[in-house]
Amino acid sequence: MEILVLLKQVPATESLIAIANDRVSIKPDGLKYVMNPYDELAVEEALRIRESQGGTVTILSVGPAKAAEAIRTGLAMGADKGILIDPGNLTCDGLATAKLLAAAIKPMTYDIIIAGHRAVDDDNFQVATALAELLGIPNISMVVKQTLADGKIRCLCTVEGGTKEVEATLPALIATQRGLNDPRYASLPGIMKAKKKPLETRSIADLGLDAAGLQPLVTIKALKMPVERKGGRVIEGDSVAVKVAALVKALHEEAKVI
Amino acid sequence: MSQNLYFTKEHEQVRTALRDFVNKRINPFVDEWEEKGAAPLHALFKEMGELGFLGIRYDEQYGGEGLDYWYETVMLEEIARAHCGGVPMAIAVQTNMATPAIAEFGSEYLKEKYLRAAIRGEMVGAIAVTEPDAGSDVAALRTFARKEGDVYVLNGSKTYITNGTQADFLTLLARTSEAPGYHSFSLFVVPTDLPGFKISKKLDKLGMRSSDTAELYFDDLRIPVENLIGQEGEGFIYQMRQFQHERFSALPICYIGAEEMIRETVAYIKGRIVFGKPLITKQVLRHRLVDWLSGIECLRQLTYHIVRLKMAGQDATREISMGKLVGGRLLNQVADGCLQMHGGMGFMNEMRVSRFFRDARLIAIGAGASEVMSDIIAKLEGF
Ligand SMILES: Cc1cc2nc3c(=O)[nH]c(=O)nc-3n(C[C@H](O)[C@H](O)[C@H](O)COP(=O)(O)OP(=O)(O)OC[C@H]3O[C@@H](n4cnc5c(N)ncnc54)[C@H](O)[C@@H]3O)c2cc1C
Repeated sequence: MEILVLLKQVPATESLIAIANDRVSIKPDGLKYVMNPYDELAVEEALRIRESQGGTVTILSVGPAKAAEAIRTGLAMGADKGILIDPGNLTCDGLATAKLLAAAIKPMTYDIIIAGHRAVDDDNFQVATALAELLGIPNISMVVKQTLADGKIRCLCTVEGGTKEVEATLPALIATQRGLNDPRYASLPGIMKAKKKPLETRSIADLGLDAAGLQPLVTIKALKMPVERKGGRVIEGDSVAVKVAALVKALHEEAKVI
Repeated sequence: MSQNLYFTKEHEQVRTALRDFVNKRINPFVDEWEEKGAAPLHALFKEMGELGFLGIRYDEQYGGEGLDYWYETVMLEEIARAHCGGVPMAIAVQTNMATPAIAEFGSEYLKEKYLRAAIRGEMVGAIAVTEPDAGSDVAALRTFARKEGDVYVLNGSKTYITNGTQADFLTLLARTSEAPGYHSFSLFVVPTDLPGFKISKKLDKLGMRSSDTAELYFDDLRIPVENLIGQEGEGFIYQMRQFQHERFSALPICYIGAEEMIRETVAYIKGRIVFGKPLITKQVLRHRLVDWLSGIECLRQLTYHIVRLKMAGQDATREISMGKLVGGRLLNQVADGCLQMHGGMGFMNEMRVSRFFRDARLIAIGAGASEVMSDIIAKLEGF
């Protein structure tokens, strides 16, 4: 079974995020980067498939040189090799990222591609779907369980308020949802072995593409922090009756909830 | 933030893996374990063993990782970030107190049977030296192992034994001769499933509450001769060597613990308004914090110097003893001072600083009290 995993390096959710002076990006200083949590599920699922069926797990990531750290973590968890696609100074939207991945994957042989259903930094939900379309393969998203048999994949997917069961023929792309598995930790021997595993870097030119065809269709115009919550108000009064009356008045006239 | 000269990308990856583990598999359970008076060491060590965290420095031949003292330091620094002192201590007993002598002086049999299982986390180890009438003065211990054919018959008791209620084996120092001098002791691996082993008491303590501490009792416990570590009569010397690993493990626990507590305290006093201003604006407090950070940095650099000495194969007894002396003092100073800055809130059990204050107290006592460190250093200085 040839398994490909798509992975993105994202700022750790516990990082303190600040908007940069250009107002369309975040300040990089002091940020800690980690593997996108949904991609951890993807790596884990790939490893489990390999453990039961044999084969190899290859990780692909689009990102700057630094993103190699996240690939190394995947290799330390047990993946076999990694490919980093470095888009240089091109800003990629979801479609451009999918085009880069498609160009890298087309010449490869694969049975299954596993991705996170979204990356927690941009929350675009696009790359996996766009890639499946570009490769012309089935796409199943929000997967919480999968079984492979007779060249087919059967998945349990979350839908609002329940689950649905779907099936597709391999090769196929599946996107993970929380609950699929409990990702393993990178072990110390895993980390040491990962040092020696192959990790190649490719540029846009290496993939036979040029930046002109990858210009983003969507551009960020502004980033804003969530509005800070205002402090509460204490209702003063000489007696409980006075306070209750004031509270009812405030709920009715100011908050307009009663 | 301390500047880094020594740690490579691989060290940092190991650090990240350990930090992740401490945050996800230890910290969420600390309150529960403190309450219970013990951490579930068999389950925890099994998990850590599978990830390779318990055999960092040990030979690959016995399941270890065969890595150097820098990796060990990374491990000690990261477990020190746990939200209590008890769990890091329990782990350090397994890696730096109960196993170094087996690895260094033990037979093939002992390494295969006990070191391998300790590295894998399949057995929990404890170090049993202290007795009711022998703590600082180790040579005063009375527990006796009398040789009878192919067994040593053990009688006596040990106290304050960390991991003592859960241990599968004890690395135990006993007398094997009544003759005066340092060649009357031997070090054994004592399995706790042999007849004659008794846990007389689980001890109730001021701090380190997530670590179980026990008083043990041996009544004609028959230790097979193959469980003798190295040569009979050399145990005291082996244990003095083993103490160096034990005391070394206290140093990262001191500087990381103190640093963590300062970080928490700074966050607290930034938000605490007193006399109309955040407390952090008071110069007297800012300077005090900086004094501690300076002490912490000195201790960290002494620790790294010790690592370099060990890597060069040099004896670091003098420096380790100094680190333990300075570290115990510093940790208690920081614990006391940080609690003070929290005011009444610091006295509340819900605050990490109050637990830290209670746990810190042990560092100047356990693994050799500060005064014992001073005696060692004075002797090495020739006075
Ligand atoms: C929580 C906890 C866990 C422990 N875990 C273990 C364990 O796993 N295994 C183990 O073997 N032991 C363990 N110990 C024991 C610990 O190592 C001893 O408590 C320590 O060595 C001090 O010995 P003592 O308690 O007998 O104190 P004593 O020897 O009675 O000394 C009392 C005090 O006298 C002072 N003093 C001692 N010597 C001198 C001197 N030469 N000059 C001046 N003053 C001096 C010191 O201040 C010392 O604290 C543990 C102790 C505690 C509290």
